[in-house]
Amino acid sequence: MTEITDKIKEKLSESGGFTGVIFTENINDPMIDVPKERLLEIIKILKDEFNFDQLRDIVSVDRFTKNERFECIYNLYSLSNKFRIFVKVKLNSKNPEVESLTPLYMSADWAEREAWDMMGIKFLNHPDLRRLYMMEEYEYHPLRKDYPLMGLPGAVTLPKK
Amino acid sequence: MSEELTKEEYINETLKNSHVSLTQERVLKALESDDVQVQFADSLDNQLVLNMGPQHPATHGVLQLVVSLDGETVAGCVPVLGYLHRGYEKLAENMTFHEFIPHTDRLDYLSPPANNVGYVLAIEKLLKIEATPRTQWIRMICCEMARIASHCVWMGTMAMDVGALTVFLWTFNEREKILDILDILTGVRFTTSYTRIGGLYLDMSDEVIAKLKKFFDDFVPKLDEARALIERNKIFINRCEGVGYISKEDAVSLGLTGPNLRAAGIPNDLRVDNPYLNYTEVDFDIPTLTESDVLARYYVRVKEMYESIKILRQCLQKLPNGPINAPIPKDVLPEKVEVYTKMEELIFDFMVINFGTAPVKGDEAYQAIESSKGELGFYAISDGKGYPYRLKIRSPSMVAISALPTMLKGTMISDVVAIIGSIDPVMGEADK
Repeated sequence: MTEITDKIKEKLSESGGFTGVIFTENINDPMIDVPKERLLEIIKILKDEFNFDQLRDIVSVDRFTKNERFECIYNLYSLSNKFRIFVKVKLNSKNPEVESLTPLYMSADWAEREAWDMMGIKFLNHPDLRRLYMMEEYEYHPLRKDYPLMGLPGAVTLPKK
Repeated sequence: MSEELTKEEYINETLKNSHVSLTQERVLKALESDDVQVQFADSLDNQLVLNMGPQHPATHGVLQLVVSLDGETVAGCVPVLGYLHRGYEKLAENMTFHEFIPHTDRLDYLSPPANNVGYVLAIEKLLKIEATPRTQWIRMICCEMARIASHCVWMGTMAMDVGALTVFLWTFNEREKILDILDILTGVRFTTSYTRIGGLYLDMSDEVIAKLKKFFDDFVPKLDEARALIERNKIFINRCEGVGYISKEDAVSLGLTGPNLRAAGIPNDLRVDNPYLNYTEVDFDIPTLTESDVLARYYVRVKEMYESIKILRQCLQKLPNGPINAPIPKDVLPEKVEVYTKMEELIFDFMVINFGTAPVKGDEAYQAIESSKGELGFYAISDGKGYPYRLKIRSPSMVAISALPTMLKGTMISDVVAIIGSIDPVMGEADK
């Protein structure tokens, strides 16, 4: 399956006009670091030219660093090539925002809602960015590292007796 | 449908009736004033919003569906999740890798051994260790037993959703036999917590193998009998055929996996396409249908049970002898006998239990298995400590539920329960 990775590397090389695209590897699976401005464009190329027709999951990570605190890792799967690739995008600490993938994949809808709910990453142009698990009036994003395990007292307003 | 009525038309229409109720009289009186400007919509033109769940028995747990109805036809549907949200991803960040194994039982609570295996495989990939051959084969047996048990429950409840009550009792009987075998194998009937990182809790005894062999012979005729109850039943066929259709393109775009995707005509199965454990060494088929309706999903799952039996028979034939725990003392828990008698093992046991096994800092690993619902994946990120920095669970049930609005649009209200049953959601996994 390295041929596909090589072809992607060739396509997204600096000579092709893609600066800032870094190829890494998590254990046994290829991973691409992309700048967040070009995420939609690069994923569109992966979908149309390399047949990555399923977005299986979005992993949101809170690195808890000063700059580029948040990360989104897109789990793309190609049914025809039986191949998986990860696309990583680094986001700002203060206002984590990234373009939504809903125009390309229907599965991005709920996966992005989950990332917004749990990590507070805003997806621009998402049609329906509600919380997935927590109630809508909840103000916090529980999977962030600065959210305590026991929860915050008073975060949930209980009905009066 | 008639158009909206003006004020005068409404008064004339009402007065034509032989009986004018008290409420209508009051409305007529109010309308006499010229200040009142109203339009009366035909009540049949309105859409009704119906709330199903989260305590509805046919929604398989705490799934809430807000369904908008136009007459008897479903115009739209919004699934509401979160009633069983326990924050497992947050909990995992605050406990060692070993401590999280019992929590994986509670994800897909119909097939706990498969969840244990999936989690442990991901962590082993992160630690770059591999279990012994015997362990790999026993894990395969666990996975397939879990698949049969889960499909048995699904078959019963799905038939119950469309009105066939008896099948539920028959398939639950068979599931109970699997749970009895798991009882001997793992020590627990249901929440097994069977696997350990780099090994297993207990070895498989000859008694289990004998019981399994007897189970294979009994199960196939029993399953045939249960199928005979419904498969030639006209009511069952009529309620399932052509209902809950989802196109191939939508199924792919929605990220469906497992039996739901295979019923749409795509033979994608991680056991064959991205093999893990020893699935390359056994011979089995992937049942694939193209109709993509409730009946197709039914047949895919039923055929999968036969394939699982086929895999299990081959596993028992090929099961090698040998140790079950890999000889990697820093990551794998030593045998209990040795812990109590040898100094070094006691130290390792203490270290693994208290501080956990530490992967290399910055490593990330993703491992997915084909569970009974679809692709169950764990994405683990390490920061060099004994517990995961981040553990993301890719739950197939959540993705399947996200396909419900597409499937339900335009169907009848009575088909909603059949469609929910056919995608086999388990809320423990969908809500995490």
